[in-house]
Amino acid sequence: MSGQDSDYWRANVRIILICLAIWAVASFGLGIVLRPMLEGIMIGGADLGFWFAQQGSIYVFLVLIFVYAWLMNGLDRKHGVDE
Amino acid sequence: MDQFTLNLVFVGITFAIYVGIAIWARAGSTAEFYAAGRGVHPVLNGMATGADWMSAASFISMAGIIALAPAGGYTQSAFLMGWTGGYVLLALLLAPYLRKFGKFTVPEFIGDRFYSGGARLLAVICLIVISITYVIGQMRGVGVTFGRFLEVSTDTGLYIGAAIVFAYAVFGGMKGITYTQVAQYVVLIIAYTIPAIFISLALTGSFLPQLGLIGDYAPGGGDQTFLAKLDQVVTELGFTAYTADTPNMLNMFLFTMSLMIGTAGLPHVIIRFFTVPKVADARTSAGWALVFIALLYTVAPAVGSMARLNLTTTMWPNAVAGNALDGDAISLEAIQTDPKLNWVKTWEQTGLLVMEDLNGDGLIQYYNDKNPEMQALAAERGWQGNEVTKIDNDIMVLANPEIAALPSWVIALVAAGALAAALSTAAGLLLAISSAISHDLIKGSINPNISEKGELLAARISMTGAILIATWLGLNPPGFAAQVVALAFGLAAATIFPALMMGIFSKRVNKEGAIAGMLVGLIFTAVYIFLYKGWFFIPGTATFEDVPANYLFGISPLSIGTVGAVLNFAVAFGISAVTRTPPREVVELVESIRVPRGAGAATGH
Repeated sequence: MSGQDSDYWRANVRIILICLAIWAVASFGLGIVLRPMLEGIMIGGADLGFWFAQQGSIYVFLVLIFVYAWLMNGLDRKHGVDE
Repeated sequence: MDQFTLNLVFVGITFAIYVGIAIWARAGSTAEFYAAGRGVHPVLNGMATGADWMSAASFISMAGIIALAPAGGYTQSAFLMGWTGGYVLLALLLAPYLRKFGKFTVPEFIGDRFYSGGARLLAVICLIVISITYVIGQMRGVGVTFGRFLEVSTDTGLYIGAAIVFAYAVFGGMKGITYTQVAQYVVLIIAYTIPAIFISLALTGSFLPQLGLIGDYAPGGGDQTFLAKLDQVVTELGFTAYTADTPNMLNMFLFTMSLMIGTAGLPHVIIRFFTVPKVADARTSAGWALVFIALLYTVAPAVGSMARLNLTTTMWPNAVAGNALDGDAISLEAIQTDPKLNWVKTWEQTGLLVMEDLNGDGLIQYYNDKNPEMQALAAERGWQGNEVTKIDNDIMVLANPEIAALPSWVIALVAAGALAAALSTAAGLLLAISSAISHDLIKGSINPNISEKGELLAARISMTGAILIATWLGLNPPGFAAQVVALAFGLAAATIFPALMMGIFSKRVNKEGAIAGMLVGLIFTAVYIFLYKGWFFIPGTATFEDVPANYLFGISPLSIGTVGAVLNFAVAFGISAVTRTPPREVVELVESIRVPRGAGAATGH
């Protein structure tokens, strides 16, 4: 792997790790583990944990995938590996 | 036009569309048969993936599983997060690199990356077990839907469904399946959301079910939120509150994780990303797939909770504006005479809803007779137990149009939607099976010199064989329809997902490590499931009773895939560390799939 390509791969892995951290916080964190601690916070008629478990996490997943795709398109161009 | 004729017309029109597409999209080459010629637009592929993914279980059963969960609707959120969160893993960890690899099947990647025919064969076995168990449920779904809406027997329905799948899957391959799935997605999403919108309007005044779920309860005057009302009504009758927290957080965590990594490891979903032109398209296409899936998955919790409240207030009319127990339960006479309660009669006839007037007072008391407080109240009031003796999960979706008093064409649309959901998933699974047989087994090991034309013929014959086997299994289900889902997701999570991920993200994991890891994941997960669900699902052979008290650390067989995956990773890294590093050309393969450049030019051969 050339130096250019391994820089590209390291940058990609960094973006993936940040995205997966957000993925885990939205679903496992707010939706499951932290729910009992956040009981008082309401989103409309649902408590925050319930809302993240049944609605919010899905919206976060959606935004994450498109943001990742957008960041990677930029990274591909920067490193000249786009098609 | 009566309901039966309308159902026939709607189902007939959608089937004509599917067959029309089949004739238009015939596959002329193996690239078209396995990967639709890699020319599918990412948005269309996203739509096709949505239909491929959303099965009879998602369409018919999921809302009811959430709504009627004994421990409360929140505890089943794992399905919502798990079956959507897996797409993040697909988009970030698998789809772009497998698209760059540029071949046709999942076992082919595992065989090339781990330079081993044995690894490829093991992957084929996992793929076939996963896909066959999954397809049985779809074929049953087709048969049952036909039986319910078109007044034919389940078996006849199954034959008709198999014939339709045959028409577009055998001739069109991935190309025919993709464009049919796009049409099926449109049918199923309209069928799912229309009743949901009307019910949300009636209960919460909100046009969007997603907002209705967190909105105010309209029939009560609007001074109470919808979820608070639902909690109040169900707890009054002795059931667990709808929003109650999970009794076992570890298990919910592991179950969600198993569904996520299982989703990302399902071969019939992964191969959908081989059909787009470029690596960048594979990333955005996963996003579009989730857009189309989220349209149903964010509506489903609203559908389920609203149907639960509607059902409960039907049984206790006083609960609409006040407390359920301040008034009488619904009377048998009202069910027979009130036209608004026609749906209760209809669904009683199907056996999905069963009522028995145990104490002979002419009223149907619906309450939780396992709750000691309710038992005391029942003794006081002369009740002899819960008189709604069965509520099938599926009724929460199937009876919705009637509960909301929607016109009969909406009911016909729901029939067409349920069939679209089951048929589209069945076709995707059958393609995954047939390509594993014709490409991985026949071309990969039995006859590598087979011509392009010969392989295409072999693929069509394998597809025909797969349809015949699936139909036979649908006609003679081994009596484990619910449990097999656990096996499919558990195995995908414990075998295919880790193997693919290590193949992409590690240059060090070698043949020995990957094979040992997959074997450990496969055996551990299957054995743990068999211990509680019966050996090879034969009834009566379970070693332990399938109750939480017997589970290892409270982990249910549904959630064990995550543990299997962790073992797979650990064994693979451990064994690889003490055996030879992979050869030079394999390291080069890994380096090449990590860079998008050149995927368009790559061919399957």
